[in-house]
Amino acid sequence: MLEICNLTQTFHPNTPNEVLALRDVSLRLEKGSFLIIIGTNGSGKSTLLNAVAGTFIPDSGGITLAGQQITRWPEHRRAKLIGRVFQNPFSGTAPNMSIAENLALATRRGQRRGLGWALNSTMRDSLRDRIRSLNMGLENRIDNPIGTLSGGQRQALTLLMASWLKPDLLLLDEHTAALDPKTADQVIRLTHEIVTRDNLTTLMVTHSMQQAVHLGNRIVMMHRGQILHDLQGGERRRVRPEDLLKRFDEVRRREQLDPNVAEMLQRNYV
Amino acid sequence: MTLLISATTMGLILALLALGVYLSFRIFNFPDITADGSITLGAAVTATLLVHHFSPVMATVLGCGAGALAGMTTGILHTKFKINGLLSGILVMTALYSVNLHVMGRSNIPLLSESTLLSQMESIGSTWFHLDSELDIIGWTVGLRDASMLLGIFVLVVFLGAALYLFFQTNFGTAMRATGDNPQMIRALGVSVDFVIIVGLAVSNGLIALAGSLLAQYQGFADVQMGIGMVVWGLASVIIGEALVGSSRLSLLITGTIMGSVLFRLLVAIALRWGLNPNDLKFITATFVFISLIAPALLRKIKPVTTPSAPKA
Repeated sequence: MLEICNLTQTFHPNTPNEVLALRDVSLRLEKGSFLIIIGTNGSGKSTLLNAVAGTFIPDSGGITLAGQQITRWPEHRRAKLIGRVFQNPFSGTAPNMSIAENLALATRRGQRRGLGWALNSTMRDSLRDRIRSLNMGLENRIDNPIGTLSGGQRQALTLLMASWLKPDLLLLDEHTAALDPKTADQVIRLTHEIVTRDNLTTLMVTHSMQQAVHLGNRIVMMHRGQILHDLQGGERRRVRPEDLLKRFDEVRRREQLDPNVAEMLQRNYV
Repeated sequence: MTLLISATTMGLILALLALGVYLSFRIFNFPDITADGSITLGAAVTATLLVHHFSPVMATVLGCGAGALAGMTTGILHTKFKINGLLSGILVMTALYSVNLHVMGRSNIPLLSESTLLSQMESIGSTWFHLDSELDIIGWTVGLRDASMLLGIFVLVVFLGAALYLFFQTNFGTAMRATGDNPQMIRALGVSVDFVIIVGLAVSNGLIALAGSLLAQYQGFADVQMGIGMVVWGLASVIIGEALVGSSRLSLLITGTIMGSVLFRLLVAIALRWGLNPNDLKFITATFVFISLIAPALLRKIKPVTTPSAPKA
């Protein structure tokens, strides 16, 4: 479904700020799998997500999605295949437009937009039905500007928008990181519901070990622009939050050594 | 009375300018000062075509189209060549000065003896009302010419305002509003932000050039200098309109912009009548816009905050 081949990306090359964000990353994702990416700050997990979303064109490597080579496609063209939810709850919706208008925009993701009416009564009814299923009481406020809603409500709506037309790939970039714990739980429950119901192929970045363990069917741990661990199948099912934390500790301990030495040690002893 | 009517007509014509400025400044948050050049371009193209005996409708439509092309150019400079928005507008506006001189062949074209859209309105008016030259409205004697021009322009502006409002309710129109509101979001929903900005600036400058075209036909000449300061003029109308309606509803904002333009023009006419030096007009307009821009922040500073509001990203 999604195939990432030898992806490499350096930001600010040949400057003091040079960052090797992705080093030769390869990853294959089957249709319907739900992959969680974890990693330390600056490990490249968000960069990987952005590379798939098309925020930048990578230095080298290729990305294939749904049988199409999308490596050089601009962001808006990929949107035909990809639904996205951002970390910042304000990023996914247009604040001065109404709830209904925002959702109506999402119902045409990646399609031609002509001079037909964006909203009609059939559309409003179906929008209201789906919003009612969120159980947030927003169905009576669909003509209010979305900027008047809370971060959690906006994130739930963004999730609804991203999945309205079943995307070939759903990208979730720490989409609960900016929410309070209770709202985060709500949004995670909704995420689980939508992804399972529509059997969406999903790539999710998170900082929460709880989410990593309870959601999805595969965990990838990144560090310094590389994939360090890839937990699938039985290994994935047995993993507990403590195990993941232990692996983070290992990384941290190794960090204290020179990276080259660490690599040598790992090669010889692990 | 004639003064009021001519100020209202002028205000309605410039309402098209204000709508164009509203589109670029408020919908896109794009400070597009191409307007100073494109309003003159509309006037120049229309006047030149009229002198060459084109039909007034044709001349007006082509003037409007020329403005749209100018807007597209600004959009392309900004999106495809990544030039700062303000600078893109300045470049196109500067280049248009020469273009306008070339189109006209001289710096001023009088249209006194040509058949224009407005003189056609007058003849339509006289056949409809079966009157010769004067109209009696509740005791006021109004020149038929003035009345029919005012009516014609009013109908046109209302029609275009409504068309703009309806356009903003379409799939493409809502995408355009979202482009200004949150480009990251609309890109993730598959809209090419570049394309929408180019089209939006074309529509905006098309409206502005139409204002120029009608202005030339109304005042009876096109002049290469007529565009100077027009962006600020349009912005002042938009700001007055927003204050008048005090709402964020799109329908009201469009109505307000039109009313703002008329009101501003009336105020200026009255001030001039009272002896305001016309040379000070642009200075006063600029000062007015300056004050309206800083007033909200100033008021907030003066008024103690009673309830802490939620931070907005």
